[in-house]
Amino acid sequence: MNSKRTDRLATRVIYLLVAIIILVLIGILGNILIAGVPHLSWHFLTSASSSFEAGGGIRDQLFNSLYLLVLTLLISLPIALGAAIYLAEYAQDTWVTRLIRTTIEILSSLPSIVVGLFGYLLFVVQFGLGFSIIAGALALTFFNLPILTSNIEQAINGVPQAQREAGWALGLSNWKTIRGVVLPSALPGIITGIILSAGRVFGEAAALIYTAGQSGSIVDYSNWNMFSSTSFLNVMRPAETLAVHIWKVNTEGIIPDVNLVSAATSALLVIVVIIFNFGARLLGNWLYRNLTAAKVK
Amino acid sequence: MENWQNQTKYIKTFNNDECELYTHNLSVFYGGTVQKLFDVSLGFKKNTITALIGASGSGKSTFLRSLNRLNDRVARVDGNIMFHELDINQKRINVYELRKAIGMVFQKPNPFPKSIKENITYALKANGEQDKAKLNQLVEESLKAAALWDEVKDKLDNSALALSGGQQQRLCIARAIALKPEILLLDEPASALDPVSTAKLEDTLKQLRSKYTMIMVTHNMQQASRISDYTAFFHLGRALEYDTTTNIFTNPQGEITEKYIQGSFG
Repeated sequence: MNSKRTDRLATRVIYLLVAIIILVLIGILGNILIAGVPHLSWHFLTSASSSFEAGGGIRDQLFNSLYLLVLTLLISLPIALGAAIYLAEYAQDTWVTRLIRTTIEILSSLPSIVVGLFGYLLFVVQFGLGFSIIAGALALTFFNLPILTSNIEQAINGVPQAQREAGWALGLSNWKTIRGVVLPSALPGIITGIILSAGRVFGEAAALIYTAGQSGSIVDYSNWNMFSSTSFLNVMRPAETLAVHIWKVNTEGIIPDVNLVSAATSALLVIVVIIFNFGARLLGNWLYRNLTAAKVK
Repeated sequence: MENWQNQTKYIKTFNNDECELYTHNLSVFYGGTVQKLFDVSLGFKKNTITALIGASGSGKSTFLRSLNRLNDRVARVDGNIMFHELDINQKRINVYELRKAIGMVFQKPNPFPKSIKENITYALKANGEQDKAKLNQLVEESLKAAALWDEVKDKLDNSALALSGGQQQRLCIARAIALKPEILLLDEPASALDPVSTAKLEDTLKQLRSKYTMIMVTHNMQQASRISDYTAFFHLGRALEYDTTTNIFTNPQGEITEKYIQGSFG
């Protein structure tokens, strides 16, 4: 009887704790979405932000966020992939690899404002890149690398050892086994890891304030020459992202509809991150089905 | 557990030229100091099936995995493994080439998460075989040899993971023999299979005997007696007795061997 009562009590406590988490989540998400979604409109998404008047949009910030994300992934993915393959497949358990792992853990818990200030000193000042998309992308790479590396390493470690042995036993070299057997099996997990880390990068503000800058330059979306200073693809221009925009309008904004703008921008940010998360799951499942099942030729 | 010193070793020996492969004083160490295998010297005759039996931890799998150098990454292997008058337990041996000549099938079926056909062609393509007609022919040949062709010939492009466990295991055999090895190492190939699949697998192995030399670890006494020609009994890292399967099962020399076969331990 006693153990039965303890069990019931423990179950209730656990349910209660879960309920708290769900309530907090629903509270935050609901609050952001209810406050922001009504103000989201096609006009808001497609017009430039305004400095003084009401009715500005977030077209440039949305594009900048996505562009920075793409650049960051372009830089960080090859590095993280290589590092993860090394850690998962080649590294012996020595003090060197333990040191590497610890470093990655420390880096991943580094406050993003520290990454931002470091990026400011190194890229903006020392390398003379100025407040620019490329400086922001490099700072975000520092911010993203540890998480991405450990996500990919986990995905690779998730491939059963039996798969590697199957490759070796067929006379495949270690690299052939990794490339042809291990990586395709790990691909769904790798994609999920990339997209989940992308969600974090997308919402990052502190690392960008001092690197990508806070001013929106005049951008011409029909100018595809990325070396032209007005081109939307120019990586040397300063660029404000959604998260930085929220921070800015709330600290120094003088537009009359600041509350609406920041609420709607927050809602948009949250929605995009939610889409990333669901997208990661769907894409991962779809890839897994496709890689393991029949290929129609 | 029984102490090995209580039993003299009874090891049948062959002339070296009768053997497809033989080992001389093979010892395996894990982590540099922990010895798992002690001076095992066994010969394996061409076109026979040899069963390696013994309790869990007796070293039979360790022995088997040393033969195609699969222990390289985790253990130190001392001694000689003679194959085609060449000691293959040397650093300068190209293990990738070696493993094409000494194929292996594992305990749990481990097909690649690819189509049935790609499971067989992947290693062939990696070895440089690009001719489509040749590849298709090899797929058909090896699937027929593994007695799987009739069951899968209409769905070669389907996922190998959709096959039953027994079919997957025969696919793994087909994948191994597509490389035209001389020796097949089998590490408890039927332990994850139901009795019907096991029977089919055993039939397949018996048919393959005419072409390949097979060395098979098994926990199943009946299986060893049903399909093997020779049986080696391992105990605590030592090969204690090695003889024809008939002799081992009807007239074992050693006391421990007899006890193990009767099921008193293990």
